[in-house]
Amino acid sequence: MSASRRTFLKVSAAAGGAFMLRATLPGAARAEASAEPLTAFVRIAPDGVVTILSKNPEVGQGIRTMLPMVIAEELDVAWSQVRIEQAPLDEAKFGRQYAGGSQATPMNYDPLRRVGAAGRQMLVTAAAATWMVPAAECRTESGVVYHDKTGRKLGYGALASKASKLPVPNLSGVTLKDPKTFKIIGQPIHGVENPKIVTGQKLFGIDTVVPGMLHAVFQKCPVFGGKVVSANVDAIKKLPGIHDAFIVRGQRGPDQQSLADGVAILAKSWWIANRVREKLDIVWDEGPTAAQSTKGFAEQAVALSQAAPASWLRRDGDAPGALKDAAHVVEAAYSYPFLSHIDLEPQNCTAHFQNGKVELWAPTQNPGPGQKLVAATLGIPESDVTVNMTRIGGGFGRRLRNDFMAEAAAISKQAGVPVKLLWNRADDMRHDFYRPAGFHFLKGGLDDKGSLVALSDHFVTFGQGSKLADAALMEVTEFPAALVPNLAFGQSVMELGVPTGPLRAPRSNALAFVFQSFIDELAHQGGRDPVEFRLAILGEPKVLPGGNGRGFDTGRMSGVLRKVAEVSDWANRGSLPARTAKGVAFYFSHLGYFAEVVQTTVSAKGEIKLDHVWVVGDVGSQIINPSGAENQVQGAALDGLGAALGQGITIERGRVIEANFDTVRPLRTDQVPPVEVHFLTTDHPPTGLGEPALPPVIPALCNAIFAATGKRIRGLPIDTDLLKV
Amino acid sequence: MAYTIKINGVNRTVEVDGDMPLLWVLRDELDMKGSKFGCGAGLCGACTVHVDGVAVRGCQTPISSVGNAAVSTIEGMAADPVGRRLQEAWLALDVPQCGYCQAGQIMSATALLRQTPHPNDADIDAAMTGNVCRCCSYTRIRAAIKMAAGAGAKS
Repeated sequence: MSASRRTFLKVSAAAGGAFMLRATLPGAARAEASAEPLTAFVRIAPDGVVTILSKNPEVGQGIRTMLPMVIAEELDVAWSQVRIEQAPLDEAKFGRQYAGGSQATPMNYDPLRRVGAAGRQMLVTAAAATWMVPAAECRTESGVVYHDKTGRKLGYGALASKASKLPVPNLSGVTLKDPKTFKIIGQPIHGVENPKIVTGQKLFGIDTVVPGMLHAVFQKCPVFGGKVVSANVDAIKKLPGIHDAFIVRGQRGPDQQSLADGVAILAKSWWIANRVREKLDIVWDEGPTAAQSTKGFAEQAVALSQAAPASWLRRDGDAPGALKDAAHVVEAAYSYPFLSHIDLEPQNCTAHFQNGKVELWAPTQNPGPGQKLVAATLGIPESDVTVNMTRIGGGFGRRLRNDFMAEAAAISKQAGVPVKLLWNRADDMRHDFYRPAGFHFLKGGLDDKGSLVALSDHFVTFGQGSKLADAALMEVTEFPAALVPNLAFGQSVMELGVPTGPLRAPRSNALAFVFQSFIDELAHQGGRDPVEFRLAILGEPKVLPGGNGRGFDTGRMSGVLRKVAEVSDWANRGSLPARTAKGVAFYFSHLGYFAEVVQTTVSAKGEIKLDHVWVVGDVGSQIINPSGAENQVQGAALDGLGAALGQGITIERGRVIEANFDTVRPLRTDQVPPVEVHFLTTDHPPTGLGEPALPPVIPALCNAIFAATGKRIRGLPIDTDLLKV
Repeated sequence: MAYTIKINGVNRTVEVDGDMPLLWVLRDELDMKGSKFGCGAGLCGACTVHVDGVAVRGCQTPISSVGNAAVSTIEGMAADPVGRRLQEAWLALDVPQCGYCQAGQIMSATALLRQTPHPNDADIDAAMTGNVCRCCSYTRIRAAIKMAAGAGAKS
């Protein structure tokens, strides 16, 4: 039974005679339900204004606009009639409420269409009963039901009360619109909060004000998991403007997400609290990981690569034998660094603990687990933790972890006042859940025609035994698995004290660089066109395991690859000037198929100019909001380029060295090339766009750099010294 | 000590240390939350405001340095002809993603268009490179600046 078939509706008369339509998927109350359940609210006021609750956090992915569009379309109202409200956190009622994994579209598109269609059907039924005509003779348009034969019409507002008393249709039986008749889906609908954004109104977590609140900073040990031995809090408390200072005892275990030890300072102004941190004198117990370093990890990885992998992820055919017999063999070591999310709005949370209960205002991508974490931290029931979801100034996966919520709640409880905790930039960069670094030792073999016959990778990653660090995994389905007769993926692990976690397109953002660069090396070694070589590996269209059970469709990937070759004029790339070149790559992630071409010009000094980016994506049959879609895709591609050119986190003595945007460099406007976005619409269910455009852009750039300079980039961020003439 | 500064045409008095940055005077003392904190080091531009029409980083501008100068913030831009044109262009092109940087972007763009009503790409680079958009909505930001400049030419 599909999710939508299990969906049922509840209707109730809401206060003020409004019609409230609620759709619930059974299992919404089950905290560990693996199928993601859904609840959506539609409220129609007597004046015809339709209020749609948007259940998920808005992190810049445009979800507060897009999910209501889907309901409004099938409800058949004009977008101008729609008002949108953020739903409160209530996962028993709404199902999972989170922003991650580009999941909102695949999970919600069909169910929310049915929610809207069911509402429309009830309103039609109410009108038909009023006029005593068959419902089949009625039609709707822009929030009005018409009976054309008699020339009568009634607005939804006038029908709302009557409709709310009707039995609820089974969602599986409702009639959906023919997509050709869509009026809202497929239109470029603008972000519903844009007017507030451009006029500087309060929207974000950092803008929260609670009466009587103090501003807090929280100093943690620079070495992850370190504990406070002693601190001069009595001296700090006496400083001008400081209301309070105290040691917070943490509860941090191996999960690295629960409350860490630290020192809280509270003041009437955040700036005052932050300024006195330089006067803090804290003795830390730095714990067992204080000797770890980026350099040490790299040396350890090379040492591990000399021996057989600790475990095998996959072994097809006989890779070692085939490599021995191959006409050409390419060996290469690739690596990538830890990355910070660098959300522009630093982590923050406002908390008010009183009478054994706590209310929080949190810019979190994942409020449900945040509620649980706060309850566990304070030792109170989850029902006594209220979470208000604010707009979020960038997440990129960082705010799937809720350490800042636990800190704010604990500080408010200990201080006995409402507090707004705000991290400074160094806190944010030095206490992240980093994209894990990784090391790959690759061998590839070609036959005498330049065809790929063998590939092996010894992946050195982080973890303990068989338990890997968060987001440090490589899937057994990683391309080109199942497309090469002889293939071996082995794995070894190193212990790590640095917390890791998902960063936009987790795993893929690193593995695309490794495998799409190495495939390019093999294409060049065999004298093959990089596009043609990839098409040959993809072969005849087939669906391979992968894609969270939905499969990897090689035909869809070939489709976007051919298209990007066409739109980028790939065939004529030979006519470009010296040190200007194009590179290509593709990647399948988050159910999206993306192929991208980057054109770059590399100066004699090694400076990289981004000339142009072509992106072709296939995310199924429907681009729901073309304006949001283009923004997401351009943003994701540029995000990847920014990371490749200027970002890496360095660990020394167990701590992060970088602290601000001078050493971790976000992309800036003078670096930005035109990014041309094309979508192939195919007969597949629509899927998400927050992530899948990012991974291929990095290898496309690196492959372009190779074509322009003959220098192969095997480590990130790109070292421009390697590119000097 | 007490400082009286003129913000968006209105005199406001605050009792703070002279080295408190303008950003924190606005956000915590005056509850004007439009100017954003991003880096605290003048590296991201989220806190951009105008002092006598010049775009400055609010996090790097001590209140004691402001004196009698006119301070403008994003909250005042709807009443500013250039600022308003930019806000309208931002809406027309659906520029924001997360939106956190956009107040600072609009403030830098307003200062640019006042100085250079018809900027070329190099002018835009020079004026806007200090403003980070972590979501990378740069293409639309640039287009919106050009749109607002064009609208200025017509009016």
